[in-house]
Amino acid sequence: MFDSLSAKFASAFTSLRGRGRIKASDLDEILGEIRAALLDSDVAISVADGFIARIKDRVSPTLDEINKSTNPSQSIFTVVNEELVAILGGSARRIRLAKKPPTVILLTGLQGAGKTTLAGKLAKYLKDQGNTPLLIASDLQRPNAVTQLQVVGKSVGVPVFAPEAGNGVGDPVRVAKDGLKFAEDKLHNIVIVDTAGRLGIDAEMMQQVIRIRDAVSPDEILFVVDAMIGQDAVRTAQAFNEGVGFDAVVLTKLDGDARGGAALSITEITGKPIMFASTGEKLGDFDLFYPDRMASRILGLGDVQTLAEQAKNAFDGDAAEKLEKKFASGEDFTLDDFLEQLQAMKKMGSMTKLLGMLPGANSGAMKKQIDSFDDAELVRTQAIVQSMTPAERSNTNLLNGSRRARIAQGSGRQVSEVNSLVERFTGAQKMMKAMRSGKGMPGGMQLPPGMALPGGMPNMGAPSPKIAPPKKKSRSGNPAKRAVEES
Amino acid sequence: MALFSKLFSKLRGGSPSSADWEEIERSLIESDLGATNSAEIIALAKKVKADEIEQSVSEALTGWLSRAPRSLASHPERITTVLVVGVNGTGKTTSSAKLVSLLKSQNRKIVLGAADTFRAAAIEQLQTWGERLDVPVVAGVANGDPASVAFDAATKAKGDGADYLIIDTAGRLHTKSGLMDELGKVRRVIEKVTPVDEVLLVVDATTGQNGIAQAKTFIESVAVTGLILTKMDGSAKGGIALAIERETGLPVKFVGTGEGAGDFAPFDSTAYVNGLTQS
Ligand SMILES: Nc1nc2c(ncn2[C@@H]2O[C@H](COP(=O)(O)OP(=O)(O)O)[C@@H](O)[C@H]2O)c(=O)[nH]1
Ligand SMILES: [Mg+2]
Repeated sequence: MFDSLSAKFASAFTSLRGRGRIKASDLDEILGEIRAALLDSDVAISVADGFIARIKDRVSPTLDEINKSTNPSQSIFTVVNEELVAILGGSARRIRLAKKPPTVILLTGLQGAGKTTLAGKLAKYLKDQGNTPLLIASDLQRPNAVTQLQVVGKSVGVPVFAPEAGNGVGDPVRVAKDGLKFAEDKLHNIVIVDTAGRLGIDAEMMQQVIRIRDAVSPDEILFVVDAMIGQDAVRTAQAFNEGVGFDAVVLTKLDGDARGGAALSITEITGKPIMFASTGEKLGDFDLFYPDRMASRILGLGDVQTLAEQAKNAFDGDAAEKLEKKFASGEDFTLDDFLEQLQAMKKMGSMTKLLGMLPGANSGAMKKQIDSFDDAELVRTQAIVQSMTPAERSNTNLLNGSRRARIAQGSGRQVSEVNSLVERFTGAQKMMKAMRSGKGMPGGMQLPPGMALPGGMPNMGAPSPKIAPPKKKSRSGNPAKRAVEES
Repeated sequence: MALFSKLFSKLRGGSPSSADWEEIERSLIESDLGATNSAEIIALAKKVKADEIEQSVSEALTGWLSRAPRSLASHPERITTVLVVGVNGTGKTTSSAKLVSLLKSQNRKIVLGAADTFRAAAIEQLQTWGERLDVPVVAGVANGDPASVAFDAATKAKGDGADYLIIDTAGRLHTKSGLMDELGKVRRVIEKVTPVDEVLLVVDATTGQNGIAQAKTFIESVAVTGLILTKMDGSAKGGIALAIERETGLPVKFVGTGEGAGDFAPFDSTAYVNGLTQS
């Protein structure tokens, strides 16, 4: 269900490609599919309709011209992508620092959107840039929201102004005001005010945050919203925009698989930019918002970034380190290492789901390949390796016919499967050797040997599927690649 | 019945225009029922006479509701154990407290288990509720092993002869397989002491189509038995719950309507379906 947007986009453009010349009636059909896809991605219906109308306005008059181009479908796709990026990032900007410190940032949003966690992430981000932020605990509503902010503040090394324990007692306006005064006295150059979650339709609570706003005159009011939100995004964003008002949006929980159509709805309806993306429960899981990345996600070009992050998570830890050391010290890549890698891959979750995140994953050819790729394959491979003796695992040359027969029996597999595993492994081993000798790695993500990545996706300047863009400062998720990076 | 009342009363007068149909479609989609589901409803409604459209829509929606029982499991002879699960921020802790409050009003003896050891101050949050509701909370240390807390809670519940054991767990995105496995482990460990009778998936009414993926993955990992639909006091209609019921057959058992312990009620299907079609 959730991936039907990309499936539909992929199929819409496949059918366009197949047609060559695009007639006006083809265009309507395709736009209809895109509209349905946007709705499945939780784009608000009014926004989806406006979007489709705009695409039509741009494309229709130039259809003749488009049909003269070498790749008409590509041209239409470019228009769709451009429009998306334009809405998502038309007015992108970064935090504005006040001329006279402290810069005041006020966080607001629905209950459970992730404000308190975000407060900690934002504080860390700003602190890492050399600022001296202060967190102010003005959520006195939710039980132990204050404690939560204190814990979060402590772990990022940012002080928390929390004179009230909360739990329904105390005046959040007063806390905010006193907090600002405290920051001025102690020369903090930024304050971040955490507030209670509230509903857009709760007039009384909206008044409260308006009073907080008026008490501290924020330089930036950030509306924090869960990427999983559906059609209500519009009503809620409007209510907050007309109530307390906001300057920019933060999208949270983007590490999930929600398509995040709300991003489009909110920017379109309010005209406010999305400033940050929150991508995990760890306090470093915070990033600037990249409109093109989001457009890719909505268009089903795959979320390479998320893929890279998941790979990184899975490969992190002992296994990766061990492998890295081994690699660096020039030791051979053994079947044991291979098995560890497979296990790490299993940890990354269902292979099929993971591969589904790759660009073009929902185009016909790729989809077939993914669907036919069996997660059970990993389990089978594991069974075979585990039926080998340690000596055999570290030296595959020992594997003669009778040993292979024994292994096949032990793992309940066919001898031919054992043979093909050994063959694939030897290939992987060669690749590792080649890499170490400086010939370079064919790709970033290590797919199970034998899995080829398909091409044939419209090239929208999206990152190449094979190379996961390394995050700033973070090391490569692939232990082998990391070793290369760091050598 | 308030089924798009304005629109339907207009429809009774004559046959609907394409703009009327668009308006019905729009209302359905805006409830988060999903575009495909909404189109299906429209197709059905187009087959009937204008004065029957209202009823046809309402019947179709009602027909998609789960037929499974919506009552909370109850085993008078032993502890009934409820595991509360879901993605981050949906209202698991609050719903656990609400469930306690409801069961307390029925004079049940309850033990709460604080198995969210991950989120900052989640343990304290549940403890605060425990104090307010005067119910013992079994807790471990921050960042400790949730399964062992659950085990301790089950042991205490058994020792105390409690009627209900309610375990609050950490929010987790369904895409994180390691965390989903952890939930499976929590369940298995409790079952060394006592059977797990209910696994309630907490879904926020504002959730869009991603709710389907959430439900499916949680069902796969921990055999969910029902849903709690929270934040129905907001402007969201919670249509995703019906989409989930239709897709998975799982029933919504309770609805959350506020931040207080009493803002909680058994699911009322008539009120829910009416709400969906109220524009
Ligand atoms: N308006 C409203 N807020 C709710 C409801 N249920 C929970 N909340 C709020 O949602 C936020 C997150 O709830 P919490 O129980 O901590 O979520 P958890 O992370 O899933 O345990 C808190 O601010 C709660 O007060 C509800 O039914 N209605
Ligand atoms: Mg909780």
